[in-house]
Amino acid sequence: MDLAEYIQLVFTDYTLRTITLGTAILGAVTGMLGSFAVLRKQSLLGDAISHAALPGIAIAFLITGIKDSNVLLLGALISGLVGTFWIRGIMNKTHLKSDTALGLILSLFFGFGMLLLTFIQKQPNANQAGLDKYLFGQAATLVESDVWMMTLVTGSCLFVLLLFWKEFKILLFDADYTKTLGFNTKFIDVLITTFIVLAIVLGLQTVGVVLMSAMLLAPAAAARQWTNSLGYMVIIASVFGALSGVVGTAISASQNNLSTGPVIVIVAGVFVLISFVFSPSRGLLFKQIRLLKNRRDLKLHKTLSFMYNIARTHDDISHPHAIKILNNFQGYTTGTLQKLVRKNYVRLEAGQWSLTLEGFKAASNLYNQQDHKDE
Amino acid sequence: MSSAQLEIQLIASLVAIACAIPGTFLVLRKMAMISDAISHSILPGIVIGFFITQDLNSPLLILLAAMTGIITVILVEYIQKTGLVKEDTAIGLVFPALFSIGVILIAKNANDVHLDVDAVLLGELAFAPFDRLVIDGLDLGPKSLWIIGAILLTTLGLLIAFFKELKLSTFDMGLAASLGFPPAVIHYGLMSVSSVTTVGAFDAVGAILVVALMIAPAATAYLLTNDLKRMLGYAIGFGVFSAISGYWLAHALDASIAGSITTMLGLLFLTVYLFAPNKGIIAVLYREKQQRTEVSLLTFLLHLKNHNEETERHVNHLNEHINWQKVRSKTVLDLAIKNNMISITNNIVSLTEKGNDFTTQAIDYIITNEDAQIEHMKDDFFLFRG
Repeated sequence: MDLAEYIQLVFTDYTLRTITLGTAILGAVTGMLGSFAVLRKQSLLGDAISHAALPGIAIAFLITGIKDSNVLLLGALISGLVGTFWIRGIMNKTHLKSDTALGLILSLFFGFGMLLLTFIQKQPNANQAGLDKYLFGQAATLVESDVWMMTLVTGSCLFVLLLFWKEFKILLFDADYTKTLGFNTKFIDVLITTFIVLAIVLGLQTVGVVLMSAMLLAPAAAARQWTNSLGYMVIIASVFGALSGVVGTAISASQNNLSTGPVIVIVAGVFVLISFVFSPSRGLLFKQIRLLKNRRDLKLHKTLSFMYNIARTHDDISHPHAIKILNNFQGYTTGTLQKLVRKNYVRLEAGQWSLTLEGFKAASNLYNQQDHKDE
Repeated sequence: MSSAQLEIQLIASLVAIACAIPGTFLVLRKMAMISDAISHSILPGIVIGFFITQDLNSPLLILLAAMTGIITVILVEYIQKTGLVKEDTAIGLVFPALFSIGVILIAKNANDVHLDVDAVLLGELAFAPFDRLVIDGLDLGPKSLWIIGAILLTTLGLLIAFFKELKLSTFDMGLAASLGFPPAVIHYGLMSVSSVTTVGAFDAVGAILVVALMIAPAATAYLLTNDLKRMLGYAIGFGVFSAISGYWLAHALDASIAGSITTMLGLLFLTVYLFAPNKGIIAVLYREKQQRTEVSLLTFLLHLKNHNEETERHVNHLNEHINWQKVRSKTVLDLAIKNNMISITNNIVSLTEKGNDFTTQAIDYIITNEDAQIEHMKDDFFLFRG
C-alpha cells in the first residue's frame, strides 16, 4: 500500500478515519496539557493517574453493569482525581516524598483495580468481556461518538486554557508571587490538575493505562527543546502529539499484529530523540559543535598568547622565529597557524613565523575582554 | 490447607521480603519511581530472553532482563545529565518507550511465542506451584520458590555485608564519598539488586505489583519509625502479613492473588496513614490545631502585656479587637486560666506573675530567634496541653 493510497483510505474508510482522527485529537490535547505537567515537574503524575484510574473503571462497571465508555470514563475520572489528591495529601501532610507518594498510589490503585477486574471476570454478567482493553488500550475500538467526546473535551480544554492563560502561566513559573497577587492558586491548581486527569482518562481507551504517561510527556518534552516560550511550547507539543497519533496509526494500520498504542508511543519517542539531538539551541548535536568550536578558539588563543609571550621579549615584535619551537606546545597545529595567518595576526616565511603589529595588539588584549572579534 | 496453598503463601512471603529490602532503600533515597521504571522496562529483556531460552524461569532470562533494568537506569541518568529535561521526565520518557518495544516484539511474534503481556505485567501466582523443579526425577518444589529464595538469600547476604555502607550513603552521600565508599558502586549495586528482584518476582506477582511490594511496605514503615533497622523490620513484617492475608482474600473473592495482596497493602497503608502516632494524618491535624491554639494564646498574652489600659483588657474586647470567634477566645481564655497565666477580676484580664515571665521569654525568643530560647519554652507548652 503506498502513501497516496493510504491517505485516500483514511478519508474513505470509517474505522481508519475514526482512529486517525481520535489519536490525532488525543495527541493534541495530551501534548497541550502535558506541557503544563512537564513544566510543573509533575511528569510522573500522568503515570500515577493513569494507573489510579483503573479501579474507577471497574467500580463504574460493577455499579452500572453496562459497558458504556462514557460511564466508565466518569468512573476513571473520579478515581483518578481521588488518586491525585491523595498524592497531594501524602506529600503535604507526611514526610514521604513525591516519588514515594506517586509510586504508592500508582501501584496500590492498580493492584486494587486488578482485584476488581478479576473479580468481575468471575461474575456471570456476560457484558464484562473487554474491560481489560483499558490496560493496554485498543484504538480499534474507537467509534465516532468517542471521537466527538474527545473533540468536546479538547474544545473545552482549549477554551479554559485561553480564558485562564495568564493565571496558568504565572502559577507555573512563580507560585508564591501568584499567591501574593491575590489569585486563588488553589482553584487554578485544581482546575489544571482536573484537566490533566481528564486528558489522561480520555486516552486510556486508546493507548491504555501503561503507556498513557508517555503520551502526556513525550510531545511536551520534545516541544520544550525548540522554544522557551510557553505559548509556542503548547502549540508545538500539540502538533507533535497529533503527528505521533496520525503517523503511529498509519504504521500500525499498514502492518499486521501491531497494536496502535505502543507504536504511537514509539513515534512520539522518535520525536523526542530528534528534538534532543537536533534542536538548534538546546540540542546535543549543536551543543557538541559549539563545544568543539569553543575548544578550537581557546587553542587558537593559547597559541597566540604563547607567540605573544615570545615576541614580547624582543625589541622588534615582528622578529621571526622558527615554527619548530611551537611544536612543544599543545594548542599548535598547522590549521590554527593558517587561521592566524588568515586573520593577519601572523606572517609565515620559510618555516619561520612572526607576529604582526595587529596580532600583537590582539594578543595583549586577549584576556582583557576588550577585543571580541575572535568569538 | 493443601500443600499447593502453602507453597503459594511461601512464595508470596519470600517475594514480599525480597522486595521490601531494596524497597526500603529506594524510598529513603527518593528513588521509588525508578522501581516503577525498571518493572516496566524489563519487558523487552524478558521477551528477548524468552526468544533465546524458551523458558520463563531460566537464569539467563533473569540476567538479561535485569540487565535491561540497569540499562534503563543508565539511560535515565544519561538523559538527566544532558540537562534537557528534569529527572522525573527522563524516567517517564525511557520506560514507556522500552515497554512499547517489548509489547511490539511480543505482538510481532505472537504466533510462535507462548508469552503474553498480561502474564508479564500481572503475573499469576496461582500457577506457580505447578511449574516444579525436578532433578533426576526428584521433585524439589516449585521453580519460582527456588528462584526467589536464591534472590532473597543474595539480597540478605549483600544487606548484611554492606549494611553500614548502604546506611551511610543513603543518609549522607557526601560523607560516604569522602570516607571512600564510592557512591556509584553502591548506587548501581542497589539498582542491580532491585532489577534482579523485580525480574525474579514478576512471574509470581507481575511487574506492576512488584512496585507495590517494594514501595508500600517501606512507605508504611517509614510513617511509623525513623530507625533504619526497625524500618526494615516493619517493612518485611507488613510485606509478609499482606502476602498471606492477601492470599486468603483472593481465596475468598476468587480473584487475582497479586491484586489482593496489593489491596491488603493499600488497606495497611491507609490505616497507618490515618492513625500513625506521630506522622499519621489525624495526629498531624490534631497537632496543627494545637499549635494554632498555642500561637493564639501567645498572641493573647503579648496583647495583655502591651496594654495597661483596662478597656483593652476587657473580656468582651477580645472578641472584637483580636477578631477571634467566641469559641476560640473561650478556649484560649480557659487554657490561660488553667495554667495560671492570667487572672480575671470584674471581667478585666490581667497577667499573673507567671504569665508575665512567660511572655517576656516569648518576646526574647521572637526578637533573638535563637533556638536555645525556645527549648525550655517547649516544656512550658507541654504544660498547657495537660
